Amino acid sequence: MSDTAIKRTVMAGNEAAATAAKLARVQVIAAYPITPQTSVVEQLSAWVESGELPAEFVTVESEHSALTVCITASTVGARVFTATSANGLAYMTEQVWWAAGARLPIVMCIANRAMAAPWNVLNDQQDSMSVRDAGWIQLYCRDNQEILDTTIQAYRIAEQLHVPVMVCYDGFLLSHTVMPVEVPSAEQVDAYLPPYEPLTVVDPDDPRNIGPVTLADPRANADGVSCHGYMEVRALHQQALLGALETIPAADAEWSELTGREWGGLTWEHLLDDAEVVLVAAGSVGMQLTVAAEALREQGVKAGVLGIRSYRPFPVDALRGKLAGRKLALVFDKALSYGNEGPICGDLKAALYGQPEAPVVFGAVCGLGGRDVTVEQLNDAANRAIADLADGVTDRAADWLNLHL
Amino acid sequence: MTKIIDLPDTSYVLPGNRACAGCGIGIGLRQITAALEGQMVMTVPASCLTVFGGMYPISSVEVPWVNVAFPSTAAAATGLAAGLRATGKADKMTVLAMAGDGGTGDIGIQALSGAAERNEDFIYLCYDNEAYMNTGTQRSGLTPSGARTTTTWAGKRENPKDLPAIMEAHNVPYVASTSAVFPEDVYDKVVKARAIHGLRYIHMNTPCPSGWSFDPKDTVRLGKMAVDAGIVVLYEAAAGEFRLTGRSKTLAKAGLQATVADYVATQGRFKGMTAETIADVQAWVDARWARYLVRDAG
Ligand SMILES: Cc1ncc(C[n+]2csc(CCOP(=O)(O)OP(=O)(O)O)c2C)c(N)n1
Ligand code: SF4
Ligand SMILES: [Mg+2]
Repeated sequence: MSDTAIKRTVMAGNEAAATAAKLARVQVIAAYPITPQTSVVEQLSAWVESGELPAEFVTVESEHSALTVCITASTVGARVFTATSANGLAYMTEQVWWAAGARLPIVMCIANRAMAAPWNVLNDQQDSMSVRDAGWIQLYCRDNQEILDTTIQAYRIAEQLHVPVMVCYDGFLLSHTVMPVEVPSAEQVDAYLPPYEPLTVVDPDDPRNIGPVTLADPRANADGVSCHGYMEVRALHQQALLGALETIPAADAEWSELTGREWGGLTWEHLLDDAEVVLVAAGSVGMQLTVAAEALREQGVKAGVLGIRSYRPFPVDALRGKLAGRKLALVFDKALSYGNEGPICGDLKAALYGQPEAPVVFGAVCGLGGRDVTVEQLNDAANRAIADLADGVTDRAADWLNLHL
Repeated sequence: MTKIIDLPDTSYVLPGNRACAGCGIGIGLRQITAALEGQMVMTVPASCLTVFGGMYPISSVEVPWVNVAFPSTAAAATGLAAGLRATGKADKMTVLAMAGDGGTGDIGIQALSGAAERNEDFIYLCYDNEAYMNTGTQRSGLTPSGARTTTTWAGKRENPKDLPAIMEAHNVPYVASTSAVFPEDVYDKVVKARAIHGLRYIHMNTPCPSGWSFDPKDTVRLGKMAVDAGIVVLYEAAAGEFRLTGRSKTLAKAGLQATVADYVATQGRFKGMTAETIADVQAWVDARWARYLVRDAG
């Protein structure tokens, strides 16, 4: 593959992710194989082996170590990449928190897969949803072009804010499905992505103790100057995440100036203008919802789609604005907070709470462990929700699609 | 061999730290950092060493120090080395991983085994205070038989695992066993390790007055008695070539100068140890010592 020209080709989602990492000129890669992420690792390994990608490829013995290698390599100033799925993400959870708390601009692709037990290698979004609170930015992709573009954008966002970014895409549905992708030129990406300037100093001439025990309260240094306690460190982290609400759309807008492709920043929409019934989701099911919305329109329902691209930070203001005055928001979650409801549904309800023009919010759970989700089922779910609303229902349990108990 | 009088005066370990009085960590760390002339970055997991290093924004050591999660030390050192290579800074500093016996032999052994098999380029130094001290003296896989901890109230029933032997089995270029109370032995081994590429493993026995229950003034005396009894053995295996060093080399000719019974009598942790357990440990020590003598002879 020549790096000098824009190239139109076809590729699977995993190849799009690997291609983006290569174009971002990552310097250290550490990853451990797990279905359906595996081909990302294989592809990058092959490029490093052939010399096509001048990077360190560390064949670690576990995901915990994969993310650890990224953490310390990033600390010394290298641009790093890793990818995983499901149990791999769960296995590295301790380091997921560490990476964020240490404010390192790591980019990690997640080929979304169901959590065991029981074993299941197919798609849902339970893995990444389960670490939504760890302090990473989480971006969800609809198709392979978006995977490629978002992974490159992720480095820009991460390095501006010093916050790691998870680029999440549906396992198999995207990771292994081949579709047309335009590969930007190396010049385009270089123009977009300046070299990584670390905040961390690792230099014997300027020794620092990085990430030491930090007390609850501020504490004076040897010169008597008060320095942050743990709570201030966390408040600054939250500020950075909230700042991402501006950085993410800005990164998308600048990418669009270079490539002509724009992904909506925090959210995306389809037929939303006059929609009364809004179908909400993150990831590739959103694409299916666009077809469902069109079918509902033929049926006479003013339906539209509001896609969540940035799940963390959660775009509260954007969602409030876009949903104000609608009748119904029906949220399709491919994950569950067991004992409660789908994570996006719960977050959306919280965001809309007390808003004067908020729609009724209903939840639906779909596609767990790769259970097929068809446009017809999505349509039926929308019609059930519309009927419930017509019956005066304003709150109800989640509708589980295609369930046969 | 460097004489104790000739050890460098320069210290990268500042006069104050948060360790207990009499802690062996400081004696060892001072020589380790001096042997690397401060041209290093060290990575440290959760342990007494974390506490030793100080709390933000005050540090007790004047070398770059990267704190990491408890199980991840060897992977963290791998990432430092890879990152330094990738950014053209590998020649500027040696990567040192330094972790306790629990962080090395229990929760961190997977990452360490992986790094050793890949022969990653760093020095791994395990300071062995023979239990989880940071969390208040619980047993580790390296706690000696007979020792009472807060999870072995009647005394631990198993002998410790032999981590240097496990590392030798990974065929890494350098494996050594030392004791913090022999500063010149620590210093020489780190100097030697510094010049070698690949994974270099140094195991450093580190007496702990708080966890072992002895008077802080006796740290050096007890550490030396452990060597005189053959419980701790000073040796190195460079490119597979085994040799006893320092005091252990002397003992190879002179014979061991103390018994397990002498040693356990000095520490509160062995208080409940029966004569039978002491005899079992003595037999275990004797057999090990005999094997070291055979290897040393060639
Ligand atoms: C994943 C995880 N489990 C448990 C702990 C709690 N913990 C912190 S230090 C420690 C023991 C450390 O023992 P060792 O490595 O021997 O070092 P020492 O404190 O004895 O110097 C434990 C259990 C932790 N920090 N992380
Ligand atoms: S508990 Fe032991 S190892 Fe830890 S600081 Fe105190 S003396 Fe040192
Ligand atoms: Mg210990």
